[in-house]
Amino acid sequence: MRNTDAPKILLAHGDGGLLSDELIRKTILPHLAKEMPSELNDAARLELSSKSICFTTDSYVVKPLFFNGGDIGKLAVCGTVNDLAVSGARPLALSLSFIIETGLEIELFEKILESIKKAAEENEISIVTGDTKTVEAGAADKIFINTAGIGIRLGEADLGFSKIRAGDKVLLSGTIGDHGMTIISQREGIKFETEMNSDCAGIAKLTCKLLESIKGIKFMRDPTRGGLAATLNEISKQTGLSIEIDQNLISINPTVQAAADVLGLDVLGVANEGKFVAIVSAESADDCVKICRQHPLGKEASIIGTILETQDVPVVEMITKIGGRRIVQMPYGLELPRIC
Amino acid sequence: MLDRIYKAQNLISEACKKQGRAINIMEVCGTHTVAIFRSGIRATLPEGLNLLSGPGCPVCVTDQSYIDTVLELADKSDVLIATYGDMIRVPGHGGSLETRQPANNVKVVFSSQDAIQIAKDNSDKTVIFLAVGFETTAPATGVIVMQAAREKIENFCILSGHKLVVPAMRALLSGKNDKIDAFLCPGHVSVIIGYGAYEEIVRDFKRPCVVAGFEPIQIIEGLAEICHQLVEGAAETKSIYKAAVTEKGNLKAQQIISECFEAADGYWRGLGKIDKSTLKLKDKYSRFDAYQRYNITETPHAELEGCRCGEVLCGLIRPPECSLFGKKCTPQSPVGPCMVSSEGTCAAYYKYGTRRKKS
Repeated sequence: MRNTDAPKILLAHGDGGLLSDELIRKTILPHLAKEMPSELNDAARLELSSKSICFTTDSYVVKPLFFNGGDIGKLAVCGTVNDLAVSGARPLALSLSFIIETGLEIELFEKILESIKKAAEENEISIVTGDTKTVEAGAADKIFINTAGIGIRLGEADLGFSKIRAGDKVLLSGTIGDHGMTIISQREGIKFETEMNSDCAGIAKLTCKLLESIKGIKFMRDPTRGGLAATLNEISKQTGLSIEIDQNLISINPTVQAAADVLGLDVLGVANEGKFVAIVSAESADDCVKICRQHPLGKEASIIGTILETQDVPVVEMITKIGGRRIVQMPYGLELPRIC
Repeated sequence: MLDRIYKAQNLISEACKKQGRAINIMEVCGTHTVAIFRSGIRATLPEGLNLLSGPGCPVCVTDQSYIDTVLELADKSDVLIATYGDMIRVPGHGGSLETRQPANNVKVVFSSQDAIQIAKDNSDKTVIFLAVGFETTAPATGVIVMQAAREKIENFCILSGHKLVVPAMRALLSGKNDKIDAFLCPGHVSVIIGYGAYEEIVRDFKRPCVVAGFEPIQIIEGLAEICHQLVEGAAETKSIYKAAVTEKGNLKAQQIISECFEAADGYWRGLGKIDKSTLKLKDKYSRFDAYQRYNITETPHAELEGCRCGEVLCGLIRPPECSLFGKKCTPQSPVGPCMVSSEGTCAAYYKYGTRRKKS
C-alpha cells in the first residue's frame, strides 16, 4: 500500500520562496554536497586546468523511473558523462536540473538524489550547479532531469569523422540492447525467466584509459537511441565509407535476444547506456580489445567489423550467422519512446 | 549447425539443377519474410530458387476500406481506438491514425488484454479494438470478447479484420499467381490450425506445403524439404517445426475461434474478395461487433494511387519493381501498408535487402 499521507512535492517547492529554499537546503544539498556550501550563488565558478574543454547537455524522461540496473538519476549522470567520454574528455563538472510534477513523493525524489550522488561519485564528476522547477499535475510525468557536463579534453584525443579511413576496425565494448529491452519489457510487464538488466553505466574511466594507452583511436560514439544500427549508419553517412560487420562477433545477452524476438524488434536498433563504439586503426585493434577487456565495463569488447571503401552508395552491411548478408538500416525510431 | 545448413544448401542447389527451371516458393508469413531478410538467407540460395513473399503480413492484407473505416471511427469524440502498433501508420484516404488530429484517442496495445483494460478504465468512452491478424491473434480477440460478454463490459467492441490463411492460398493458386510451386507455411498460424489444415491445398493443387519455424536453419531445411518433394514429383503437407506444430493444432484455441467467430466472405488487399476467408463475430456476440454497432457496411475502396502493394502481396512483383519503392515510399513516409508494417515485404526489402553483390 502506498502511503497517501507521505510528503509530496508541491507547486510552491519550485516558486523560489521559502519552500524552495527548504527543498534545496534540507532535501537536495544533504544528498549531493560533500559539505554544505556557505553561500548559494547563481553560477558555479570553475578553475580549469586546460583551455580545451568539451561541453554537452542532455535531458532524461525515462519511464519507468526505476528499472532493473538503474533509474532516471543514475541515467542522468551516466548519459552525460558518456557523451563527454566519447568526445575524448575526462568528465569534470555537472549541472543538474529537475522539472518535477507536483505530487511526486519526496521519499521517491530522495531515492533519485541518492542514486545521482552515487553515480557522480563513481564517475568522479562534481555536481556544481542546479535548478528545480515544479509544474502542475499532468504537465510533466513525475520528474524530468536535465544535466549538462564539462570535461577536459585529453591531449591524446584527436577524434572525428574525418580521421576515419577504409581498413579501420570497428570496436564494440560489450553486449547490445540491454538498456532498451529492459525498459520496454518492464514497461509492458513482459517477464522472462532470466532477468534483464540495463547496462546503464559511466564509461569515461574506460575511454580515458584507452585514449591514454593507445594511439590510433579515431572516433568514438555511445550507441544510445537507435542502437548500434544508428551509430554505424551515422558513421557511414558522415564519412561516405561503407561498413561491414559480422553477426558472429556481436554479443547479445540471450534474454535480450528472446525479448526482442517476442516484440519483433531488431536488437541492432535497440538502445544501450553503458557501451561505446570506437573506430580504431587496424594496427591498434588488438591492443584496444586487450585494454577494454581488463575493465569490468569492457569485458566483452571485440572487433566486430571493418570500414570499407564504398562501391556504390555508402552502406552498412552485416554478414549473418549463416553466412548470408543483409543491410543494416538506420532505424526509423518509432518503436521505443521514452527510454532515456 | 553450419553442417546442417551446408547439407540443406547442397540439396537445394542440386534440386534447382535437376528441375531445369526456376523454382518459386512462397512464404505466407510476415515473420518468415523478416527472418529470411534478417538472417540473409537469400544471399545463400542458388539463383534458380525464387522466394516470393506472400500475403502473410496482417496489416498489409487489410483492405483499404478497413483503414478508411478506422479513420472515420477515430474521428468520433466518444471513441478510443485500441490497436496493435503497426496499424497506426497505415495511410488511408486522408491521413493515418498517427497523423490525424487530434490523435490522443488512439492507444497502442501489445496484447488484446490491454484493450479490455482500457475499456474498464474509461467507462465514458467506447473502446474499439482493431482486431487484425490471422488465426494466430484471433483466439486472443475471442478471449476478450467472451470476457466482455461475461463481465458485461458494454463500452467495448471490436472491428474484426481477422483473416484465414488457407482461403488466401487457394485464391492465389486459383488464378492470382499460378507460378507458385510450393508454400513455406507459417509457423505461428500452424501452431493454431495444425499442418493438417494444408491438406486441401496439397489435394486440390498438388503443391508441397511445409511448415517451418523461424530460426534460419529451420527455414533453410524447410526449403530443402520442399525442393526434395518437387524433384520427386511429390506434394505433401509436412511440419519441420515439430516442437510447436502438430497435425491437428491447438484445439483449445480453435474452440475459442469457433465459439466467437464464423467464416465470412471478405476483402483482401491485392486478392480482392475471397469466399469464407475472414472472421466475423457470431450473432450471439454481435453487440461487440463495431460493424453492427456503427452500422458499417464493408465495400472495397480504391487503393492508393500508384501503390502496387496488391501485386507485391500476390508475389507478382518484387518491391523494387514498384516505381514508388525507396523513392516516394519509404518507412519514414510510407505510401502503402507493405512499407509500414515491420513484417511488410516492402519494409523488409528496404531495411535489409542487399544492395551490393556478394564479394
